[in-house]
Amino acid sequence: MLKVDIEKCTGCGECEESCTFEAIFVEDEVAVVDQDACTLCGICVDGCPEGALEIHGEEGLLATDLSPWRGIWVVAECRSGVLAPVTLELLAKSGELAGELDTEVTAVLMGHEIESRAQELIFHGADRVLVVDHPELATFTDEVYGNILADLAGRERPEIILAGATAMGRSYIPRVATILKTGLTADCTGLDIRAEDRALLQTRPAFGGNLLATIVCPGHRPQMATVRPHVMKANAPDPGRKGEVIRILPGEDLLSHRVQVLESVKEQAEGPNLSEADVIVTAGRGFEQEKNVELARELADLLGGTVGATRAAVDAGWLSGRTQIGQTGVTVSPKLYMACGVSGAIQHIVGMQGSEIIVAINKDAEAPIFDVTTYGLVGDVKEILPLLIQRIQKERGL
Amino acid sequence: MNIVVCIKQVPDAKTVRFDTEKGTLVREGVEAVINPFDFHALEAGFQLKDTYGGEVTVLSMGPPQAENALKEALSLGADKGILLSDRAFAGADTLATTYTLAKAIEKLGPVDLVLCGKQAIDGDTAQVGPGLAVRLGLPYVTCVNALSVLDDGKTMHLRRINEDGYDMLELEMPALLTVLASLNTPRLPSLKGKMRARKAEIPVWGAQELGAEPGMVGLAGSATQVVSTSVPTFEARREMLEGSAEEQVEALISRFKEAGIL
Repeated sequence: MLKVDIEKCTGCGECEESCTFEAIFVEDEVAVVDQDACTLCGICVDGCPEGALEIHGEEGLLATDLSPWRGIWVVAECRSGVLAPVTLELLAKSGELAGELDTEVTAVLMGHEIESRAQELIFHGADRVLVVDHPELATFTDEVYGNILADLAGRERPEIILAGATAMGRSYIPRVATILKTGLTADCTGLDIRAEDRALLQTRPAFGGNLLATIVCPGHRPQMATVRPHVMKANAPDPGRKGEVIRILPGEDLLSHRVQVLESVKEQAEGPNLSEADVIVTAGRGFEQEKNVELARELADLLGGTVGATRAAVDAGWLSGRTQIGQTGVTVSPKLYMACGVSGAIQHIVGMQGSEIIVAINKDAEAPIFDVTTYGLVGDVKEILPLLIQRIQKERGL
Repeated sequence: MNIVVCIKQVPDAKTVRFDTEKGTLVREGVEAVINPFDFHALEAGFQLKDTYGGEVTVLSMGPPQAENALKEALSLGADKGILLSDRAFAGADTLATTYTLAKAIEKLGPVDLVLCGKQAIDGDTAQVGPGLAVRLGLPYVTCVNALSVLDDGKTMHLRRINEDGYDMLELEMPALLTVLASLNTPRLPSLKGKMRARKAEIPVWGAQELGAEPGMVGLAGSATQVVSTSVPTFEARREMLEGSAEEQVEALISRFKEAGIL
């Protein structure tokens, strides 16, 4: 529960102002907690200038010995035989963390006929690769992948497990964490080590990127996190790196699953996928007609990027729902985000405002999208995009 | 078909503001709404009920005011709403939340299908659905954007979206699904539904009613803790490029060159 140290409290009211739940207020110059309304979110604790607030957990429950848990695991993701970029990004980050913890980095590679990828993992920073190669792993199922990883982790006891916050990772890593009864932090954008207790500091965006929270997993192991693709930087492969490859035969009991994959379909890829793209060109209502969306595709191709959509463009049937950016779609943070004919509803903005450079093109100079843009162009996308495409082609000597 | 839909009350994105100095959410004027994805989970439940009969029960864990979210679900067509609310549930991370929801679903008796939205827009974790399925021993599929039930009334065909395309999957109920917004178009409340919701009593189940172990719920049952929060600053860097369309494009080209994009 949330406790106020009345010796320290000056009744300044910072806590009252910061509380979203009206659970703490100042009465007779001291903070009072409405324990029924308090959700223990900790925001007031963090914001108290006097350090007068504390959250007390049930004591004595966390007396487990954490010291047998050592080493960092990176769960390698292999789609259609190719390692996902986020896997290589995680290996680079794990190398840094392992340096601070004085431990080693293990990659876990699951799939079928994927052993050749093990060397690639070593070149990118793995000291050890656990290869689980089995025909049942040729297609991804949450149950089999999750059961094998949970079984391995339960026996080998890594202190940290990191995986990509991809469709696959976000689906089966929660299974692993629940089986292991440990904490999992989703979609992290920052990882660090707190030296005094080896805690993994996991920073993640919430509220569509409007709030950053740093989270720890103090009493449970392993500490698990999924990490957003394209945030951390992979190392260049070092063909001189040596590492150990260990083959693991999964137990039969781990291979049963109740969800059958009937078919895996690759849709016409319009360049890189949204979460891994450096450049995104988003089409909104301003395109007016489906045929004009071709302009966004052309520009995206030219910049080596991919096309995104607003809710309006999806509803109009111009672009598929999986390209929708925003609150009920995907959250992205590319190097360059081009919002074309996008008015900038808050539901869209929360999904893209973390982008490095934001360019907006809109007929309406008052459109809210301009509040978050780096460079704004006022005009009709149907006029500006062809000009822009021509100019870029000229720059490129096309 | 016995269907349970889990919903969460979240701050309305339209009314939320953030204090960059304090690194927190601004409280004033924030309205609470049903998590947008959860409307699609509710709609999926209603459509299945319309075809196959049965009952749609809606669960929400939250503070007492989450009752409003359950009433709204009733106005849309849910048969029953149950609020999981207890001081002991406060401070729950996804591990403690899935335990609490699982206890409630077990108390409800046999269930054919549990539906959740893909994720809540405040926490954005997408972990409760899969975690809850594991707790209940159910198979699950996340990110569903199309579903059909075969003639046997038990087998489902589902489309799960991923980065490269989609998978077509088959499973037999009982099961748990998390759904995307593109699955369906949620219905609006009917007048009759609104009347019924207004009069409805929402039962409140606490730790005792659930037979929950004190060490498994709320802060005590959570493995993770928030140590700090901050509001990222997006520097005021707005520059409106000026002139004719040609001139604006020219200016953008030079900015692209400075930034190394070209």
